[in-house]
Amino acid sequence: MPLWTLFGLWNANATTGWPDGADDGQEGLIGMPRFAPERCAEGCEECAAVCPTAAISVHRDRSGAERLAVDYGRCVVCQLCVEACPTDAAMPSHDWAFGARDRCDLRLDGHRAERKTPVASRQGFRRSLHIRHIDAGSCNGCESELQALDNPFYNLHRFGIFFTPSPRFADLLLVTGPVTYAMRDPLLRAYEAMPDPRWVMAVGTCAVSGGISGGGYACGNGLEGVLPVDLYLPGCPPNPAALIEALLMFLDRAPQRVKGGRIVE
Amino acid sequence: MNVISIKPEHLIEATARVIADGGRMQMAYAWYPEPGQIELRYIASQANNPEFLVWGCRPKGPVPSLTATTPLLGWYEREIADLFGQQFVGQPEPYSLVIHPGAAPILPPLDPSYPASMPMPFVAKDGGIPDVESPDVQRLPFGPARADVVESVELIFFYVGERILYFHPQLFFKHRGMEKRFEGRCLTSAVVLAERVSGVGSFSHALAFCQAVEEAAGCAVPRRALLLRALLAELERLYNHLHYLGHLAHTTTLKVGEAEGKLLEERAKQINARLTGSRFLRSLLVPGGLRRDLDPQPWFGEALEDLRKDVARYAAMLESTNSHLDRLLTTGVLSDKVALDQGATGPIERASGLDRDLRRDHPYAAYAELPLAVPVRTSGDAHARAQVRIAEIDVSMALIERILLLLSDGSVYVDCVAVPNSEGLGWAESPRGSLFYAVHFDAGGKIARVKIKSPSFSNWRVFPFTVHDSDMMNYAIDEASFGLTVAGCDR
Repeated sequence: MPLWTLFGLWNANATTGWPDGADDGQEGLIGMPRFAPERCAEGCEECAAVCPTAAISVHRDRSGAERLAVDYGRCVVCQLCVEACPTDAAMPSHDWAFGARDRCDLRLDGHRAERKTPVASRQGFRRSLHIRHIDAGSCNGCESELQALDNPFYNLHRFGIFFTPSPRFADLLLVTGPVTYAMRDPLLRAYEAMPDPRWVMAVGTCAVSGGISGGGYACGNGLEGVLPVDLYLPGCPPNPAALIEALLMFLDRAPQRVKGGRIVE
Repeated sequence: MNVISIKPEHLIEATARVIADGGRMQMAYAWYPEPGQIELRYIASQANNPEFLVWGCRPKGPVPSLTATTPLLGWYEREIADLFGQQFVGQPEPYSLVIHPGAAPILPPLDPSYPASMPMPFVAKDGGIPDVESPDVQRLPFGPARADVVESVELIFFYVGERILYFHPQLFFKHRGMEKRFEGRCLTSAVVLAERVSGVGSFSHALAFCQAVEEAAGCAVPRRALLLRALLAELERLYNHLHYLGHLAHTTTLKVGEAEGKLLEERAKQINARLTGSRFLRSLLVPGGLRRDLDPQPWFGEALEDLRKDVARYAAMLESTNSHLDRLLTTGVLSDKVALDQGATGPIERASGLDRDLRRDHPYAAYAELPLAVPVRTSGDAHARAQVRIAEIDVSMALIERILLLLSDGSVYVDCVAVPNSEGLGWAESPRGSLFYAVHFDAGGKIARVKIKSPSFSNWRVFPFTVHDSDMMNYAIDEASFGLTVAGCDR
């Protein structure tokens, strides 16, 4: 009969000290592509042509100049644009901190869209948060990374953040998937069962915009037009560090790192 | 591909012959070779023959159901009925499967004239679930939103006290219509889609799709790419099986065992990211080879060797923990007969004594030149299913080690262009079992139809047979021991 407890103690603390220094566990990970529109060749639309989710578009502004627009809320991190770009205007990057309160912050385009109304106050919700997760038709990639949050490396509990089985105890509804026709009702019922104040987080590109599986005969376009979203985190899937950072940002314990479609260091 | 045309009235007899000769029906699907005319496809494996048998049947009306003699085809027939409107005479479960009762598409959704972006009207209602009227029997519908971070499925139990009389998993809440989404897509974008059918099977799905396209196009993938594909497929098996062991320990309430298993899984995922840039091994495959070469530096072999040692020690501890084993032994027994008839696949069938593995029986990628052991157990219980996976981790480690020795310089890509009016069948032994992609191209060389047969579609059909007449206490353990995904099944 093995002595599991001794074994556990022997292996010592496996949890990373991140985000206070230490390893975030994402070495080598390729994140969302980074764009340098000034390097675009005249008339080139290669990246927009290969993008499987129409996240990239090239349009002319009023002065007639071509402008590149990227919606990271639609990006599935497939790197096809990076491979197609002939001028290094689309580059591979390690950028994954795409948690945003405002959908506009996921859009890179020539002109900055004006902000929505100011973010509602969440006083009293800085130290602890209870989350109800609903899978509204994901590929299970997001679930795999959400489940990883509970492994000893990330150990989500250390932040005072917990998943709860009952929507009655939940502060945040965390939704994955493009919202299939059959999951729409159960999703709305979970939301209705939550007490005020309640917030909604769209996790993964499918939940943010439908991504590659949105539309068609069986799917909606994520939470668009279904529920009001307070926190967006595109990614395919977002890695566990991205999930933690977005949740801490939501609790005002970390800054939002994406602004106007760019990661601000 | 050699397609044998068969008349509907000969189907039953031909199927019986396949089974009598030691073969097994693998799947059935439909497609439209021309507007208004559907063709049914039946695919069977034959004893000691790496070639699959493919039948094409063009019905002019209802066709006989094969479910009575070949039960595993039951779900395929019901899926074809839902998505193509084809009727099967004598189908013992004439209810919708993939499309929920209450959905009212104007046409069968996979009819090419069904508008690509038209959602189905839907008002939820019950259907196909038996009424049990005895006052002693309780009906417990659990889901589709369940406790914990899990996928959506509704589990319906009819039970008396602790005893489950009847169990019905209501699946397909997550049906996304992924197969239709392939139609008309270019090949590179279709691979991106295939990677997102089942997230934890991303690599196997993309691999089976690419192999189907390569067969249709008749292109030969360079050897280095074949070896790297096998290496990546084994990396996928590793992180999945480690997750499985951690999750199984969770259900037997072995807390440290759970934490340790999930930490090992995390290490495997981090190795994936370091080697490929993706924790799920995405963005690498393309018909014709790989999108870019990979360079497994010495760190990779060392990290894997460290992982191998720790996994071996972990598995030995699991295998000698009485409290854990007590919960697994004799739980959820699946007999070889039910496993065969109902279509169990992967570690599930191998734990019930069926010695099958696509990597060995129908080699692809570089598996023909690799030393592959196929672990088999015969007791068919949760413990056997766990043991098969533990043994497969060992095999995967050995395969990766061998591949690292065999890798030599060379190209990893050849041009692969779709041929008009061609078709191909691709397959992979994914961590959960047999995965098939059938791909058809139209006269313009565009994708006309993709059929995905995922391993969980097979195993979800089998799973309830181990739950009927069992105990509530064992349910979670039994489910974990199957290691099912819902996304792959529902698509």
